[in-house]
Amino acid sequence: MSDRTVAALSRSLALGKVSSVELTRDYLDRIARHNSVYNAYITVTEELALAQAAEADARRARGEHGPLTGVPIAHKDIFCTRDVLTTCASKMLGNFVSPYDATVVERLNAAGTVTLGKTNMDEFAMGSSNETSFFGAVRNPWDTERVPGGSSGGSAAAVAADLCAIATGTDTGGSIRQPAAFCGVTGFKPSYGRISRWGMIAFASSLDQAGPICKSAEDAALMMNVIAGPDPKDSTSVDAPVPDYTATLNDSLKGLRIGVPRQHLAEGLGKEVEQALQDALKVFESLGATVKEIDLPNNHLSVSAYYVVAPAEASANLSRFDGVRYGYRCENPVNLEDMYMRSRGEGFGAEVKRRILVGTYALSAGYYDAYYLKAQRIRRLIKQDFDKAFAEVDVILGPTTPHTAFKIGEKNDDPVTMYLEDIYTIGVNLAGLPGISIPAGLSSTSGKPLPIGIQLVGSDFGEARLLNVAHQFQQHTDWHLQRPEV
Amino acid sequence: MALALSDVEKIAHLARLHISTEDAEEVARRISSILELIDQMQGVDTTSVAPLAHPFDAVQRLRPDEVTESDQRDYLQKIAPATQDGLYLVPKVIE
Repeated sequence: MSDRTVAALSRSLALGKVSSVELTRDYLDRIARHNSVYNAYITVTEELALAQAAEADARRARGEHGPLTGVPIAHKDIFCTRDVLTTCASKMLGNFVSPYDATVVERLNAAGTVTLGKTNMDEFAMGSSNETSFFGAVRNPWDTERVPGGSSGGSAAAVAADLCAIATGTDTGGSIRQPAAFCGVTGFKPSYGRISRWGMIAFASSLDQAGPICKSAEDAALMMNVIAGPDPKDSTSVDAPVPDYTATLNDSLKGLRIGVPRQHLAEGLGKEVEQALQDALKVFESLGATVKEIDLPNNHLSVSAYYVVAPAEASANLSRFDGVRYGYRCENPVNLEDMYMRSRGEGFGAEVKRRILVGTYALSAGYYDAYYLKAQRIRRLIKQDFDKAFAEVDVILGPTTPHTAFKIGEKNDDPVTMYLEDIYTIGVNLAGLPGISIPAGLSSTSGKPLPIGIQLVGSDFGEARLLNVAHQFQQHTDWHLQRPEV
Repeated sequence: MALALSDVEKIAHLARLHISTEDAEEVARRISSILELIDQMQGVDTTSVAPLAHPFDAVQRLRPDEVTESDQRDYLQKIAPATQDGLYLVPKVIE
């Protein structure tokens, strides 16, 4: 089987060309052979996968199936999976076996997907390189000396190396889109509130959003049809109608208005990424779209505002890890405070500690107005910039990242260098908008070919249009079909 | 803004986070560099801009106050570091 998109696998399963058990064994075998190189999985759930695959085959035989029934999937280790280790790539949760399923997992299980395992990530999703994982860095399948991006780096690497058909990810400041760009796969962050956050270990609650990491926009649509929609267990999930995301994939792009942010073409953008973007614009123009430059004048403030809002919310969310009810507890605490301080000091890694401290500082007495409120005001300016842009254009197109995947260890000396990696993705989270990264080229300057991603951003709840635009691009280019040699 | 070691100590205590003496200096240096990045936003006049707490300015919705979960104490306490008689054990708080 050369075409391993979910859409293609689903057709093969429907035609009886392959069974889910056969497919699952094949994926488990690939994981056994290659995971030691990429470190994409923290946990492989072989027994569970084979049981779910047998059940999926039985469902197909009974005619009780959907497009995802029997399709092997990997879940980012931030999603709670009942009776399966859920570590969030932290020593703090190194022994945490979740007593319940995240809503995303529950819905995918109900659709008949087969869970191959839990993927590696930056600890508590805090990172852009996957190097902060307690379980070690993930390696980029295109060049194992390079990072896969983060924080959903394990999911992106697993999809790129075909160690799963599709994977879940989460995106707080770019954590789906940036690793998708670095690994040459498709990564989709829906609008804030589109997908339930229940059972997704919280990082920054006003920004976190789940989404698919996959091989095509069509596959993203197939997963969205299962996971999107309100959930009574998440009061921030939005009660808006959920369309069939596959129904509009083939709509024409004639008359589509694309905006390119002037600020994204300025200083800092790598030549090859810019070239890939220009080439993509030509493809869209040939499909009937019109292109104009737009302004996002406050985008340069997005990283500053984000590094107040996200750490502040994280410092509150991560206060639950206290060594009392679950997770890591230090040895021989002398009193309760010692138990809190040392359990947290020993259980969290350096980057997580830094962000808790920054957030605690920003929220502490005397600093709240200057930091948290100020950042929320900047956040409104950023949202208003997008609102203005969407009065003139239907989608925004720009780079996902300034350049291609960097080397492991290259950006570890100063956290700020790493933070600035997310300059094109963070504003989208602050504004709550949907964004998708799709492959749009291969760089040739660093010896091995490295994928280049471009990002499409849509208006509030404009997921269907965004997937349509991405799908049409993929119908007329083959960048998304390029695979590294595994 | 650069943080002094005493600031780091104070914040770490607020966060109930043990930072070892050897690490404190590096933590102070790196957090100071993060605060420098954050301070870029201080130059912007936002006096007439209302804070945005949620991307869609939504408010929390409420549900009826009804019991919807069954008792799973034994199952949920299986993953606790220490329990006894259905209670979570922690070091003695009252001498």
